[in-house]
Formats: sequence, C-alpha cells, structure tokens
Amino acid sequence: MIDHALQFAMSCYGLALVLNLYRIFRAAGVPDRVLALDTMVINAIALLTLLGIKEGTTVYFEASMLIAMVGFVSTVAYAKFMLRGDIIE
Amino acid sequence: MEMAFEIGVSTLLVIGGALGLIGSYGLIKLPDLMTRLHAPTKTTTLGVGAVLIASMLWFAGRHGQINFHELLISIFLFLTAPLTANFIAKAHLHRTGGYADLPPPGDGAVWAGQQPPEDEQVDEPAILPEEGVGDAL
Repeated sequence: MIDHALQFAMSCYGLALVLNLYRIFRAAGVPDRVLALDTMVINAIALLTLLGIKEGTTVYFEASMLIAMVGFVSTVAYAKFMLRGDIIE
Repeated sequence: MEMAFEIGVSTLLVIGGALGLIGSYGLIKLPDLMTRLHAPTKTTTLGVGAVLIASMLWFAGRHGQINFHELLISIFLFLTAPLTANFIAKAHLHRTGGYADLPPPGDGAVWAGQQPPEDEQVDEPAILPEEGVGDAL
C-alpha cells in the first residue's frame, strides 16, 4: 500500500514542479518568478524526502536540510535585491 | 497493527501529495501576485509538513530508527515560509507602488519599502564630471 501512496505523492510533486516551471517561464513580473522558485525549492525538498522513504535510506535528510537553508537564503537575497537594487550594502 | 501503521503513513503521504499539487496549481490559477502568495506559502508548506511527518513515522516504525531531521526541516520550513512571503510582498509593493490601496499604518509611519530610511539617502557623487567631458563619445 505504501508503494502506491508513494507513487501518487511523487507524481503529484513532479506535476507540481512542472507547474512551477511554467510559472517561472510565463510570469507577470520578477516577484512572481521568485515566488515560483521558492515553491520549487519546497517541492524539491518533498520529492527528496519521498525518494528517501522509497530507497529506505536517511542520507537524503541532510541534503533536504541544506536545500531548505539555501532556498531560504536565496529567496531573501532575491527579495533584498528587488527591494534595494543591492544585496549587501 | 502493521496494517493500521501502513494506512496511517499512506494517508499522510496522499494528503501531502494532494496539498503540494493544489498549492502549485494555485500558483498557476490565481489572478495576481498578492492572491498567488497564499497558495504556495500555506498549502505547499502544509503538504511538505505532512510528507516529512510521514517519513519520520515510517522510519520510526519500519526501520526502528527515530531521527529528528524531518522535524527540524518542517520546523524550519514553517518558520521561513511567512518570512519569504512577507519579503516577496514587500518587493511587489515596492515595484508596483500600490500603497494607495493600503490602510494607513498609523503613528506617522510609512509602509516598509515605501521610503528609504533617513541615513540611507543616496548622496551626490563627490566628484562631479566636468561639463562636456563625455559629449564627444
């Protein structure tokens, strides 16, 4: 049963990544693209965790932790750049 | 008992996947950025939280190892999702200048991003280029 649930969740998150990619390509402005990138990072974390359940290893947790931190910092840097035109003043 | 455990984890996984898909679909469907902010920051974060809790339960029940990495990741995501949403909304307001639609912030203050703080005003460059220097180019 867990295999079917995993299949379902992984296809959901794969489709979600495709939708985010569409939003990155067809966006109304730069903040839209940053928001789509942020969502993409979160979806990638979920996909990585699902892969960890499927493979039965805990190696992927460090990777998802790192991706979460880098994604947050990059989103903040993008927002700062949009707001001030500079990242570190 | 084993069956109930699998049903619980599978339910969490299905809920997480559906929430993630709904969040990303909302990113496509909703009309403008301020409404679009709601979909990923609420729904997708909940979906990832459900998937991470399912992973934690699965590794605790099946492999007998309890690790708190997933809990850390979900706490981190739950803490940072409102922050990124706030930053993106601020940048959007700054770029579109939609301050007229907002209620007054009170106390004579201004909305964040509306005006640079006093000490960060850009000074005039110290050495001004002389008249007609770059005209020949």
